[in-house]
Amino acid sequence: MFFLNSIIKWSPVASRCYSHGKVETDEEFDARWVTYFSKPDIDGWELRKGMNTLIGYDLVPEPKVLDSALRACRRLNDLASAIRILEAVKDKAGPHKDIYPYLIQELQPTLAELGISTPEELGIDKL
Amino acid sequence: MLRQAAGHMRGLLARRASVAVTSTAVRMASQGHEVSETVDMSRPMYYDRADVPLPDKPYKDLLTDADKSLKQKEKGPWTQLSKEEKIALYRLMFCQTYPEMKQKTSEWKTVLGGIFIFLGFTGLVVWWQRIYVYPPLPKTFEGDSQAMQLKRMLDMRVNPVQGFAAKWDYEKGQWK
Repeated sequence: MFFLNSIIKWSPVASRCYSHGKVETDEEFDARWVTYFSKPDIDGWELRKGMNTLIGYDLVPEPKVLDSALRACRRLNDLASAIRILEAVKDKAGPHKDIYPYLIQELQPTLAELGISTPEELGIDKL
Repeated sequence: MLRQAAGHMRGLLARRASVAVTSTAVRMASQGHEVSETVDMSRPMYYDRADVPLPDKPYKDLLTDADKSLKQKEKGPWTQLSKEEKIALYRLMFCQTYPEMKQKTSEWKTVLGGIFIFLGFTGLVVWWQRIYVYPPLPKTFEGDSQAMQLKRMLDMRVNPVQGFAAKWDYEKGQWK
């Protein structure tokens, strides 16, 4: 459904394969997802649906999108899902091992503020 | 129709996703004796999938009192949770971590072994057929008969331009 214009890209591009019609820019995509997770009364289903959809895209979400999602987890009192989200984006990065440390670095203030431990801190990143 | 026993019914394997068995109530058939557990796929199911990080329901539905109090604590600041409590909360919600999910299995050995077993069995069958089923070869396969056929093909000039007879030197009576 969504195709990636370039092979390896940090910012996501969602585009449809028609020659006419507006193509959404990376910033618009990010903004749309930040808004989605920023809904004050977001419910569990919406969080799950949003995350599962986002992980289904061929991209690693931007830190600001993840920040918004983690704050949504906080509003839902769901620490486990917050940790799961971190695991999922690490997995999404695949062989690009430098993406996840970057994300954690960018998210460090939020993680500290909300008290979310990374999988590495909890030791569940190992078998 | 099967009737559900009281309480939740959570099932076992669904396709390749491993589904958590939290509280299993055995379905009672109408006669009242126990039948094997089945999955009610019309209800939200738990699954561990790398591409779908947040399943439809938590792994553990029935919480002990300790779990419930931990869940209460989760409503407060997470900075007050210890590492063990955070891990416990994770394990309540999820069955396997991503590394556990993505563990390599030895399934390929089973597959390869099965392939070889069946190939070997097929070989035995073909061998038996060769001995007991196939009729004897016709006499035209014998050496003298083959020599006569060869001579006939050369006399007929089979494929004289580039093929068979082209390779025979007719003056010297030998292969080129």
